[in-house]
Parts: sequence; C-alpha cells; structure tokens
Amino acid sequence: MEKELERIKVVKNLTGANFGDVMVVAGGISGIQAALDLGTAGFKVYLVEKSPAIGGHMAQLDKTFPTNDCSMCIESPKFVECKRHPNIEIMTYTEVDRVEGEAGDFKVTLIKKPRYVNESKCTGCTTCTEYCPVVYPDPFNQEISKNKAIHIHFAQAIPLVAYIDESCRYLKEKTCTVCQGVCKNDAIDFSQTAEKVEVKVGAIILAPGYEPVDPKKLRDDYGYGKFANVVTSLDYERLLCATGPYEGEILRPSDKKHPHKIAWIQCVGSRQVIPGGNSYCSAVCCTYTQKQVILTKDHDPGAECTVFHNDIRSYGKDFERFFQRAEKLPGVRFIRSYVSIGKEIPETKNITIKYSTPDDGVKEEEFDMVVLSVGLNPPAGFQDLADKFGIELNSHGFCKTNPVNPIETSRPGIFVSGAFQGPLDIPESVVTASGAGSQCGELLACRRGKLARERTYPPERDVSKEEPRIGVFVCHCGANIGRVVDVPSAVEYALTLPNVVHAEDNLFICSTEAAQRIAETIREKGLNRVVVAACTPRTHEPLFRDTLREAGINQYFFDMANIREHCSWVHSKEKEEATQKAKEIIRMSVARVRHLEPLREFELPVSKTALVVGGGVAGMTCALSIANQGHEVYLVEKEKDLGGMARRIHYTLEGLDVQAYLRELRRKVYQHPLIHVHTDAVITESTGYVGNFVTRVKSAGRVTEIKHGAAVIAIGADEYKPTEYLYGEDDRVMTNLELEERIAKGEERVINARSLVMIQCVGCRQEDRNYCSRICCSHSVKNALKLKEINPGMDIYILFRDMRTYGFREDYYREAAGKEIRFVRYEPPDKPQVEAVEDEDGRRVLRVAVADPVLGKRLEIDADLIALAAAVIPPADRKEIAGLFKVSLSPDGFFQEAHVKLRPVDFGAEGVYLCGTAHYPKHISEAISQAYGAAGRVLTLLSRDTVTASGSVCAVNENNCISCGACISVCMYGAVEFHETPRGKKAAVNPVLCKGDGLCNAVCPTGAISLKHYTNKELFSQIDAAFSDLEKPHKENKAGTAR
Amino acid sequence: MGTELKFKPKILGFVCNWCCYAGADLAGVSRYQYPPYIKLIRVMCSGRVDLALVLRAFSNGADGVFIGGCWPGECHYVTEGNYNALSMMYLCRKLLAHVGVNPERLRLEWVSASEGIRFAEVMNDFAAKVRKLGPLGKGEGIDENALKSRLEAVTNLVPYIKLVERERLRLPFKSEEEYRKFFTGDEFNRLFEETVAEKLAISRIISLLREGPFTTGEIAKILGLTASEVSRHLNSSVRQGLVRYAENLKAFVPA
Repeated sequence: MEKELERIKVVKNLTGANFGDVMVVAGGISGIQAALDLGTAGFKVYLVEKSPAIGGHMAQLDKTFPTNDCSMCIESPKFVECKRHPNIEIMTYTEVDRVEGEAGDFKVTLIKKPRYVNESKCTGCTTCTEYCPVVYPDPFNQEISKNKAIHIHFAQAIPLVAYIDESCRYLKEKTCTVCQGVCKNDAIDFSQTAEKVEVKVGAIILAPGYEPVDPKKLRDDYGYGKFANVVTSLDYERLLCATGPYEGEILRPSDKKHPHKIAWIQCVGSRQVIPGGNSYCSAVCCTYTQKQVILTKDHDPGAECTVFHNDIRSYGKDFERFFQRAEKLPGVRFIRSYVSIGKEIPETKNITIKYSTPDDGVKEEEFDMVVLSVGLNPPAGFQDLADKFGIELNSHGFCKTNPVNPIETSRPGIFVSGAFQGPLDIPESVVTASGAGSQCGELLACRRGKLARERTYPPERDVSKEEPRIGVFVCHCGANIGRVVDVPSAVEYALTLPNVVHAEDNLFICSTEAAQRIAETIREKGLNRVVVAACTPRTHEPLFRDTLREAGINQYFFDMANIREHCSWVHSKEKEEATQKAKEIIRMSVARVRHLEPLREFELPVSKTALVVGGGVAGMTCALSIANQGHEVYLVEKEKDLGGMARRIHYTLEGLDVQAYLRELRRKVYQHPLIHVHTDAVITESTGYVGNFVTRVKSAGRVTEIKHGAAVIAIGADEYKPTEYLYGEDDRVMTNLELEERIAKGEERVINARSLVMIQCVGCRQEDRNYCSRICCSHSVKNALKLKEINPGMDIYILFRDMRTYGFREDYYREAAGKEIRFVRYEPPDKPQVEAVEDEDGRRVLRVAVADPVLGKRLEIDADLIALAAAVIPPADRKEIAGLFKVSLSPDGFFQEAHVKLRPVDFGAEGVYLCGTAHYPKHISEAISQAYGAAGRVLTLLSRDTVTASGSVCAVNENNCISCGACISVCMYGAVEFHETPRGKKAAVNPVLCKGDGLCNAVCPTGAISLKHYTNKELFSQIDAAFSDLEKPHKENKAGTAR
Repeated sequence: MGTELKFKPKILGFVCNWCCYAGADLAGVSRYQYPPYIKLIRVMCSGRVDLALVLRAFSNGADGVFIGGCWPGECHYVTEGNYNALSMMYLCRKLLAHVGVNPERLRLEWVSASEGIRFAEVMNDFAAKVRKLGPLGKGEGIDENALKSRLEAVTNLVPYIKLVERERLRLPFKSEEEYRKFFTGDEFNRLFEETVAEKLAISRIISLLREGPFTTGEIAKILGLTASEVSRHLNSSVRQGLVRYAENLKAFVPA
C-alpha cells in the first residue's frame, strides 16, 4: 500500500476542465437519477463510482417489484442516457479521497484506480477475456460463477471497458501478458498507476446506497458459508437472472440441480437485536421475497415455495395485491414462524429448518435450497465515508438526516439520496435523487447553465433518393425473449423480407455496445431504415431514435417491434406460436418502416412558471423549492388555509413539533416573493400542453388565468370515516387523527383513561380497498407511546394484523412493546367485536373481544376508549383533477405515476408531476422528500428555454382538400384553420398547436389531411403485413395503392 | 365444437399509445397470458382509428378487430378522441351488419395503463367469442368472393360515409349511454337507410358488375335485395352514367 501511494501521481488541475457544479458520489440508480436531473437542468455533473461500472445493486437484480419489470431493461437506458449526456462526466473505478471547502466551493480529491486498460482505446470486444488464463469468482454474480482476471463488469456496463483485477498474473508475478497480445487496439496498459484528480464543485450528493447484510457476520449465521445450498437473496437474484451464473437457470450450488423445494427465511439481519444484526426493518425484503417466489414459480410451475416470515410488510403502493398474488400461487406457503436451521443432510446436501405453528407445534422440514432474505446495512466503510465528507451518522450507521428534510446532511452543501438515508426501495431512491437535485439547484441557482453544453449530432443523410435499406435487430433480452421466441429463426426470417439488407440478433440490444453496433451498421451497410425487435417503444424508442440520429439518419426512420411485452411474456407457454407471432410482428414493422418519412421536430418555448395544486406540506415544500430556484409558482389550495392534513397532526414518532413546523412553512410560503397563493380556490379549466399550460382558477369570486410550463398535483388524501366498531354511535370511539387531536388538547377523558384499545386496518386491506394505508401502524405506536409518556398507568392494546413499522420505525415498535403496550394479532375473518356494556362494577365500558392466536383463546378487554386506524383514502376531488390535467388514477383511486420504479413523480402526460399522499399514503418526511423530488423534476423542464415537439403532426395536401371543415371541427386544439388560396379555402395545420392525435385524419373524407408517422399508407402496410407476406418492392412501387 | 376449438382466428387490435398499449405492456410485464393470434398496431389515439383501417383489416381476412382506448374522460388529448372511436365503432358495426358480417367481430374496449389484467381478460374473452363466431364469412355463411365484393363496396363508400358523418352524425354526447341510445335508436336507423344504405346498394351493384355482366334478377339474388330495389338503383345509376345496359348480353355492365 505504501508503495502504491508512492506511485500515485498528481494530475495537473486544468482550469475549467475539472470544474463542475455538482459531484454525485456513487452511480447506483439514485446517483444516476440525480446526475441526469441535474445535467438536464443545466448543471455540469461529475458522477463518481468506485466500481468499474455504474448501475449499483439495481443492475444485479433480475426483476423489480411490484410490476416484475426486468431490472436491467429499465435501468440500462439510464446508463446510456448518462453516458450520452453532454453535462455528465462519469468517473468509474474512482474513489473520493478528501473533501475540502464549503457549500458552493468544494474541492474534492479523487483517486482513480488503475484499470490497466486504456478507456479511450478499449472497444469492449472481450477478446482479452476469452484469452485470459486466470479464472476467479465473479463479484457481479455474487461469486457464484467464475470470470477472468480481465473482463467487463457486466454485459451492459457503462463504460463498456474491461478492467484487470488483482488476480492478474502479470500484476502478481509479471508472468503473463496474453491480453496485450490479443488486443487489437493496444488498449492494455500495465504501466497505469492510481491517479489523483482534483475536482471543484459547488455541491455534493452522496448516494452510496447500501450493503446487503452478510449472514456470516450474524450470531446465527443460518449455515451460510457452511452449507452449500443456503444462499442469500442477492445470490438468488443472480440465479434467477438470464445474465446470471447459470443463464437464468435456478441451480443448487452443491450439485447444479434444479431445486424443487425452496424456503425463504425473512428478517435475516433485520429486526434482530443480536450481534451483527440490525434493530430496524429493512423495508424491502418482504416484497422482494414475494417477487422471488413469483419468479421461481415462473421458472418452474411445480416448485414448492415456503416463506418463513414475521409480519408481512406490504406497505407500498400495490404491494398488498402483489402479496396476494404470491400467496395464491399453488404450492406456495407463507408460514408465520421464527425458524432455525437444523442440519445439512450429508447425502443430498438438503437443509432442514425447524419452525413452529400454532396448530402443529414444532416441526423440522427438509428443503432443497434455503434463501436468506438478507436486510440492508449501511454502505461498506460508512464511518470512513462520514469522516471524509464531514457528515454525521445516525446510530445505525446511516446518514443522519433532518426529519423535515431527509435529503439534507449535517454539512451544508452535501446532500444525501437513496438508501444511505435508511432502507429505501428503488422509487424512493429515485425520488430522493430528484429531490437532492432540486436542493443543489436551490444552492447553485445563480450558476445554472454556465457550464452546461448541448448535444450535437452529425448532419442527417438525405436518403430521399434511396430505396429503403432496412436493418433488423432482434433482441434476446437475456432470456426474456430468447427463452420463448426462437430468435435466430426470427433473424433468418427477417432477412427474407423485402428491402431488408441486414438482420442480426443481440443479447441486449439496449446495451451501449449494441447501440454502437447499430450505429456502425447503419454507416457501414448504408441502412436508411431500422427495425428493433425487442421490448416496448414506450420506454425504449427514445434510446434507439437517438442512435439513429448519431448515425446520421432521421430518427423517424425507426420502428420497434414489441416481441417481449406483446409476445414472449404473454405467450410464454406457446413457444412455436410465439415465434411465429414474433416473425409477423417483425414483418409488420418492416412493412411500416418502408413507408416512413423523415420528419422534423421543432422547439416550443417553455413558460417558466409552475402551478402547484394543493397547499399541504407536499405542495408547499414543492412550491418553495421551485421558487427558490427563481421560478414563479402559483399555489392553489381548495381550503381556506394552507396546511392540508398536517393541520391535524401534532407530533411525529421522531419527535417533530408538526404545528410549529407548519407555521414556519406557511410563513415561508406567504413571504416568498415568487409564490402566489390562491386559497378557497377551484380550478375550472386547464388546457395546453407541456411547457405551455393555461389554467383558470376561481378564488374569492375572481377568475385568474395562469400560464404555466409545469403543473404539480399534490392534492393529498382523506381520512376514511369508519362505519365499523360503533364509530359515530359512541363518542368513545374515534379515529387515530381524532385521538391525536384530543391528546394534543390534553383532553382529560383521553389522558386519564384507564384503558385504550387501538384497532388497526379499519377500512383498508379488504376487498373494496385492497391496499395498506402504510402509516397507521406507526401512527398508532406513536399515539400509544405518547399516552404512556403522559399516563404510564394506562393499559394500551393494539389489535393488529401485521405491524408494518418499516425502516427505523421498527425501533419505536420495539420501544412500545417494552413499555407494556400489548400487541394482539387478529385475522380478518375473525375481526374484533366491540360492544358498549357495563362491567361488573357498573362502569360503562367498551368491551372488545378478539381471538388471540398466540394464547389460543378469546380475549375480552374492557376499554374506556377505542382508537381506529382509519384508512387513508384517495382525495374526493381526484377525478376532477385527473380529468383537468389528463392524468390517470390507479385502481385504488390514487394518482398513477408514469412508471412505478423509475418515474415515480412524473405522469404519463408530459409536464405534469406528482407528490404527497395523492400518490399514496405516506409519512410527513416521505411527503417532503417526494415534494423535493417533484420540484427537481419540474426544474428539468423549467430550466430549459424550449421543449422539443414531436415531428408527428398533421399536414394537409391541398390538392385533395374539399374544404368540408371536418378536420377543423374535431380539433379542439385549434390547430387546423382555413386559409385562402387561389383555389379557394383550404385547411392548414399549425404544427405548434397540433398534438398528433390524428382525429382529423380519421374524419377527413378525401385523405387530404394526414397524421405524419401514422398515415393511412403506413398503417395500411402494417395491417396488410399482419395477414400476409409483403409484396416485393418493385410491385409496391408500381402499384402505389395507398388510399 | 371440434372445429371451433381448432379454429385459430386472426385478430388485429388498434390500441392507443397512452392507455391500452400501456395496458398491454403491463399485461406482458405481469405475464398475464392470452392467445398468440392477436396482434396489435399502435396509434396515438383511438380516435385515429379510421373506418378505412378497420375495413382494411376485415378485407385482409381478420376474423376479429379490436379497438382499445382510454376510459371516457381519461383520453390523453383534449379532443377526447375515444368518443370518436366509439361513434366510429357503432357506425362500422352497422355497416358490417348491413353487408351480413356479424358486428360482434368488431369490439371496442377501454383499458387504462394500469389495467394489465383487464387487457388480458378482454383479449381472452374476445378470442373466445371470435372463435365461436367462426372464420370471417364462413361463420356468416357468405362465400369468399361475395364477402370480398361487399367489403369492397363499403370501402369504396368510406369518403361518402365520412361526409355523411360530418353532416349528420357529429354527436355532442359525452357519455357512453348517450352514444348507445343514439346508435340503437330509430333516428339513426332512418338516417342510415336514407343516406348510407342507398349508396351502399349502388356501390355493391357496381362492384358486382365489375366482375361480369348480370341481369336485374341475378343481381337481386346475389346481393339479397328485392328486384324492384335493384331496378330502382340501376335506373338511377344509368342516369348518372355509372352503368349501362349491354343489349348484346342482355345484362348490365359498368359504363
């Protein structure tokens, strides 16, 4: 190490070159999102990652819950976006050494580790890997399979550059240089040494993520490391994955056979106050286990899956349904029991697990494989990290944050996003990343745009005189497509189609390498049309269009054949038919691209103002963050006063004085010169589109017309009014919020009660409201602790189904249990019964009867008061608001984000964003995070002067126009008007106003007006190709039969 | 029953980008299975789905055509094109019925982006229904050529129908019920007979005559019209110079 340091040379700090706005430390999904948002919002970003490629843990996951989206498929386009972003500089294999300076002016010293491969020369061809003689366990595959001393981190890695590990023979004993010999680009450079790089930035975002718990470090190691067939959930994730150690086959480590009977053990290293364990709940394991169960059954429908669990914590959006889906699968058992590993059977290497059930008592059962659902630790070396950055940690080793701003660290100018805040799932990591971006923006507003650059593309080749030359690229998507569709035969078929001059397959067509190949092939083979047969254009079309631009072809000469979502995934049992269908889908795409035309996009100005709908904590926080970055904000609240639901909350578990906080927040909002507050307001109309909305707001008898570029929906949620448990009939029965208000008022009857029963899950987790309200368990624990603090003698019972005190809130649950607050589990068929009676002393009590499964008997509690954990329900005016802003609602009535994982605060409708409980129930600190997140996303739009409008707009062929006016009457955008020509009135389209729905095209009797990119000719060709083979080109030209 | 099970219909769907296509994607992501003989074409709005597109699909031998849009009130566009799709669907069904094609072969459904399971359910249900209907034409007992000429006749009439639609069928309704009422009511029937049916009969006669000379009686028999209707249409068509009576053949031929 000493020697190593000597070899470090200081690279000269070039003025300007190493000067940026923000440094994002660690390139997992959170860091990537922060970098992308900030880069797009006009800041120069350094993205520093210590491993050889960006991606983080998400890149290792097979699928993501609760949609079971392919993890790599949704993350890798972001890698590519980062790499191509003109304002993002990615520095991999680089660690932070020192941080000096202060907010606005940091100097960060980085150590760039030697890869021994020249990044600018390596093409990622992997010839070196093929020839390298050294085999060692692959860290990306959790060391289950082997890789070579020189290799690329993973197939879709950014940068797609090999690196040499310390297992290299040359590095050890200077004996082998075979890689140098075979590298055609002379990229191997053993003379590389660690480099010291100094970078100046104004702000830093820490996004180092988490480290999975290592069971070997637990007191009870569950046999991990001793018994071959005990694996961790992350190991299992790799086993499930098509790019994993066994190409997506789930095989046992001991004998490489398919395990048939698999057990999962929950809470490994979580909710465990033992050496090596964590007291908190890791928040993600319940649902990722359910995902693994569903996927296992997908791989092997006959598999027997058993999950040994504590509480099932399905507290997130759509998690409850996801759990039900897993639970209902045949051969799946969820058993609530603590377990211990029995033994490994020597002959079979099977593992036995001891557990107990109320019915059968203690049992020992044999399994082929055991998966440990390991929790999340703070990132490796967290203390060192804290020291380097000069930030404080909490008692668990995660970043210490401010409850009213979970993105802020203890050092100004340094922000934290993602799982270093505490156990978070992917959408929360993405939200906090956007939020951190917004806070950097607040800090650095004055220098926005100073260092930013625009992307440039080569000039477009004019192909108008060329015959169509089509390239077809068919993706295996790991095994997602390839396992069902015979991809090579699809490629062969594509080659037989007219005008197809090139076809090939690729393991992951979305990888940078593949994108480069497409661009090269376009240039080499003179392609002028491209078909990618892979996944859905809704996520991946922008990526490939960009590839076409880079290759100098108009981006509209492209079509995606969706052979994954619309084929391999929905016909997974019918391989032959699916292959046939895939060929037909490709044929339809080929037919379509033959007729596509090059289109021009144009720029529309962006109104720099934002509208925030809803003046609760989320709305106010979001408005402030936007306004602090120099944009005018209109904040519209339907009630007389700002504050929303928080007006009824007085304290949080963490001890925040909510009312004081709210007063301060309101003051800031009212005093902000750029925020215009409209209370008692109703939105009557909203028109326009991204960058240019016009919304009319009626308030105090006046109608204001607001022109704004972006809108944020933050209209909150309501509390369910229970009809159960004598609520409304007996004033001793109240909701959690009502209890809290009475505690805050110091109401005698409440604080002096002898006994109080809290009943959880009132109005949700049932058929008509099939979701968990997320906050109620913590809410009840909070009120119970508060009451115990005021009146230690009070008997408090919490009747619950699953305690869902996820994350650090688990500590408060433990504290409550320690303070003799009694927790009694009930099951839904046997709900508690409440009766108003007199007890033997003639006292009026509420008698609560409930079956206690632990004691196996019926419990009767005489309570003075009952508090109901009433569901959080979607806001009453959701439908009106959703209709006004053209956004959708989920089946439960909450607002539906554009993508559950990666676009959690965006809507499908561009320019409209989402935060707070309108999205889903959440705690105050979570709503605040999300509000900052939405503000960050808003800034990616408002910081630009223009937005690019699609080239797919309507146009009129005046020769055919008969001036019937049909098009004009259907276009509510007013994009079509008559104009005078020498031949009379003719329709004309204003492309700026045209939104490309194509209604006019459908009603035009003569085909004079048509929607570009969806013309009759193009659609007819697809329809015809759906049923029969394509006509050969010469015939096509002659016939020209487009009607 | 046996053939019904073996019969694999050809089904083509037109789905809007924002809701139904996304719903279909979600069905995929969630692995909800449906039959592989359904293929989809993406359009930006269900309102873009032109009568001509649907007819093109049937002319190509589609046994079923599906249109998927956003739920009423949830259209991505202020134009609320999904109501146009609804209106087009009713009109198209009427036309199909008029030429003897079972209107159930055309189906429109609202599927939101979050309804992956509903998309799969709709696909499975529609597939089952179309299987019951049997192959296009065969299920109705129309022979292939007759079907072809009938669909061609309707297709030729699309520009005219669009004009009629513009003049007489632009409906101000904003509820599915109002559309249903209108299109199943007497006024629409009268309107249809007055405008479209007349033209359609003439169009069908002319289409038929393109295949060869026929007498009034033959035409009436082939097209399932009364002889007096046919002669009325022939007279007006002769006047307009569309057909003529070929003395040598003793039959009508195109002019």
